[in-house]
Amino acid sequence: MVHVTINNEAITVPAGTTILEAAKQVGVKIPTLCHLEGQTPIGACRVCLVEVEGARTLSASCATPVAEGMVIQTHSRRARAARKMAVELLLSEHDGECQTCNRNQDCELQTLANEMSIQFVRYPGARARPILDQSTPGLVRDNSKCIKCRRCVTVCNSIQAVGALFPQGRGFDTVIGPAFTLDLDEVACVQCGQCAAVCPVGAISERDHTAGVWAALDDPQKYVVVQTAPAIRAALGECFDNEPGTLVTGKMVTALRRMGFNRVFDTNFAADLTIMEEGTELLTRLKRALVGKEEVALPMFTSCSPGWIKFAEYYHPDFLENLSTCKSPQQMFGAVAKTYYASKIGVRPEDMVVVSIMPCTAKKFECQRPEMNDSGVFDVDFALTTRELGKMIQEAGIDFNSLPDGKMDSILGMSSGAADIFANTGGVMEAALRTAYEIVTGRELPLENLHVKPLAGLEGIKLAALRIEDTLPAWEFLDGVELKVAVAHGLGNANRLIHAIKDGRQEVHFVEIMTCPGGCIGGGGQPRFTNDEVRQKRIQAIYAEDEGKQLRKSHENVEIQKVYEEFFGQPLSERSHHLLHTHYKQRELTKKK
Amino acid sequence: MERSTHACACAGCSEQNEEQMLAQLDDILTDYVNKPGGLIPAMQTCQKMFGYLPKPVLKRISERFGKSYSEVAGVTSFYSFFSTVPRGKHMVRVCLGTACYVRGGKEVLRAIKKELAIDVGETTADRNFSLDVGRCFGACGLAPVIMVDDDVHQRVKPAKIGAILRLYADSEATPAEAELAK
Repeated sequence: MVHVTINNEAITVPAGTTILEAAKQVGVKIPTLCHLEGQTPIGACRVCLVEVEGARTLSASCATPVAEGMVIQTHSRRARAARKMAVELLLSEHDGECQTCNRNQDCELQTLANEMSIQFVRYPGARARPILDQSTPGLVRDNSKCIKCRRCVTVCNSIQAVGALFPQGRGFDTVIGPAFTLDLDEVACVQCGQCAAVCPVGAISERDHTAGVWAALDDPQKYVVVQTAPAIRAALGECFDNEPGTLVTGKMVTALRRMGFNRVFDTNFAADLTIMEEGTELLTRLKRALVGKEEVALPMFTSCSPGWIKFAEYYHPDFLENLSTCKSPQQMFGAVAKTYYASKIGVRPEDMVVVSIMPCTAKKFECQRPEMNDSGVFDVDFALTTRELGKMIQEAGIDFNSLPDGKMDSILGMSSGAADIFANTGGVMEAALRTAYEIVTGRELPLENLHVKPLAGLEGIKLAALRIEDTLPAWEFLDGVELKVAVAHGLGNANRLIHAIKDGRQEVHFVEIMTCPGGCIGGGGQPRFTNDEVRQKRIQAIYAEDEGKQLRKSHENVEIQKVYEEFFGQPLSERSHHLLHTHYKQRELTKKK
Repeated sequence: MERSTHACACAGCSEQNEEQMLAQLDDILTDYVNKPGGLIPAMQTCQKMFGYLPKPVLKRISERFGKSYSEVAGVTSFYSFFSTVPRGKHMVRVCLGTACYVRGGKEVLRAIKKELAIDVGETTADRNFSLDVGRCFGACGLAPVIMVDDDVHQRVKPAKIGAILRLYADSEATPAEAELAK
């Protein structure tokens, strides 16, 4: 333990604690624009400078560990002046059109300038190079706003192992972006949007698709249906000043209905549908391997997360056979809505507009994949982030917090608790096991409250094994088999797991991968700022939603049963192959020019 | 580590076909790929081999090192000694570090631009000279300094520029190399 004094307050902290962390413990907030919890500090922004007695210069508190007897003044005149100057210098090169910036009122630089009472920037000077990159469906980069804090570089490289963004050039002319300031679509970017989630300013954000949605809502010829992903209900409240982890399912439904959507449906319905298809697919693969002794691609990987899919297409093309052929719930929903439901209500697919509310920027990319048009038109027309929906609700003049609870419409609106937990890491696996175990044994998953404990929580890679015994006659070949499953979230963790599998260090049958840390509740389109504490709270809310339902297992969802009865027949039927399954293709890491 | 290659460093190599170039490259990269800190030495060797760092070469480097293209590009663009455009037979670098700057480096640069009729970062039409600036060559006592290839020219005056460049105008080898060859 180390004894230090911060602003005349004595405190004892473990060795290795940074000044920034120690100050937090005595209730002192030191500002920072580049710090990311859990990551190696880089001291890029110079906004966290503090005065350490006896030190020649001011110290970057995020990168300076405390030392025995250290006496620190965080808000001395000298420290305040230096920090203010650092922020003024950032403002001097920053495109400060705050009113029209998508981060207005949600910008760390703006907030800091306000907290420091900066009324005037003393340094007129050169501006950052205005590069506007609108090359991808999910993300927009506006270099004129970039303050070169490099948070995006850290998440893109260290957490996601994607490496699309890196500082190019040096000094003032540095551009944070793809190779040689190319556009994002010319390098391997998976569109996960974790860069947009950590950007303190408006330099990287989701591509705004709200205008198209407003136009559809205002067009009387269009029948507009909306689906909301499982993770939205645990985060949307944050757009309206609710605590992270406030469940707002009912208010969300009412808000969407008041905005004018013809039907308010649930991606959760499609999540249950995914379990039916994916669970059956896994059992079929196992049967072919164990009974038919066929060469079958195992382990099977989940395919719900479009960032992960694109990542595999770039970096693990030899594993594409291992990906479940199931479309993601978003795309299953679109395909079912524009075929089954459209014909049921007598609307032509081209007159129906499917809008999805997603915690995700990669979903914007996914719905524009050219093969996602099995209804004859694009199955999903617009994917909006949680943040975009929050802004639309505001623009519609809806006082969200005072809304009464509403209920999803039928028939694509009912869902089980298994669908809710698609929102968090470990959830898809647990949902699949709840159903697959019961199909094989005829008994409920023998775990407390149906939870697979080793798969919960924020550990990067999680493993579990489940012994299958006393099977139904049809599944005798699985009797005594120990089903091994693995879960990884964050593409860096996914990458490590895949290498362990490839090298034969990890034997496993079924793997769940979610692109973003924490799963979809930590998606690139969620309200800012998402740290581990916020992730935990959202996950708790999701589990509460799951446990609060009578219906906990996908195969018991009567609307799902009805859709199979009336339309698909059974999982993996010819029609479901056509509408609910897809294929993948290897992608070049860089575009050939 | 220096490595002799059969490829010349002249600008003509940019016309070498891509497949041949990449085949040569693969052999060379094998030496560096598994060494910690191998990226920059590999890039230096490649630049020596091709005279500059063509984009296909950088893409191959990124694949072999398992680093993203953006990262390799970031390293390339950070160091002024790396170039991604073909360079002339002779590289002229003018120091604009503090000492050289205050002792007339800027005037020297202006004279060179005028003599060669090119701007910084460009190559003469006959592909004989490329021009670049540097920030300190570590010879501040000799300021202002220019480098032509590996030769350092000290206390350069704008009026002496013509004579210095003529030393290189017609010869394949640098004076130092010519000296060694004798």
